[in-house]
Amino acid sequence: MSATEKTVVISNPQGLHARPAELFARLALQFDSDIEVIRDSHRVDAKSILHVLTLGAAQGTELTLQATGADAEAALEALVRLVESDFATDETMSQGSSG
Amino acid sequence: MKFIDFVSREAIRTTIDVDNKEQVIRSMATALLESGKIAEDEQESIVEAILKREELGSTGIGRGVAVPHTKHPSVSELVGTVAVSEEGVDFDSLDGEKVHLLFLLVSPPDRPGDHLRALENISRQLRDETFCRFLKQSKTPDDVWQLLEEADNNQFV
Repeated sequence: MSATEKTVVISNPQGLHARPAELFARLALQFDSDIEVIRDSHRVDAKSILHVLTLGAAQGTELTLQATGADAEAALEALVRLVESDFATDETMSQGSSG
Repeated sequence: MKFIDFVSREAIRTTIDVDNKEQVIRSMATALLESGKIAEDEQESIVEAILKREELGSTGIGRGVAVPHTKHPSVSELVGTVAVSEEGVDFDSLDGEKVHLLFLLVSPPDRPGDHLRALENISRQLRDETFCRFLKQSKTPDDVWQLLEEADNNQFV
């Protein structure tokens, strides 16, 4: 199966720090597809906070998301939406992560 | 950013006797206080801020590692310390595992870049299983420091 790909730019000033990395990995875990995040030549597992943090993605960093699997499209759409929302409520997070 | 740039050697603890998340965080903050990295009258405020941050979502990042942290206006540079718990502490980590290795970070509010680079360094180094295992097996702060120095010199990755 070929991989689905999307590109996204980190726009929140704090970058992809621990809280966004957790939200990102937690969301990725809800999908069956294998999902990877790529920064330049550095490729990591989207479902691991530890891996996502190794990207050290500051504001302005471009990331490529690749997913392989039945729900690949939906997974990438959801992840891109999360990043583009500046992780929805970064710093003032109070909602649950039910979505 | 290297470990030795933000880890306070005198604040490393390997013999912590704690039952829960709050105790380990308090114990690490005390270690920072004892090594002169944070002010006594700010300690409680720092602990409260770290605990509040944990309420948003655990900083247990997997593989038995946690990075409790906060921004705090009382520090002028990023300060951090390491603790090793042989028994492990329940930290509500995403992978459900107990935490054996903790990196606690306190950073000035206006320096998000330093904080991000410290997280990047910690996570990148800990991806190496040997380094991660050796750190968790450390019996003394000197053991921990030596491993951090070796990692800084790229001996693990």
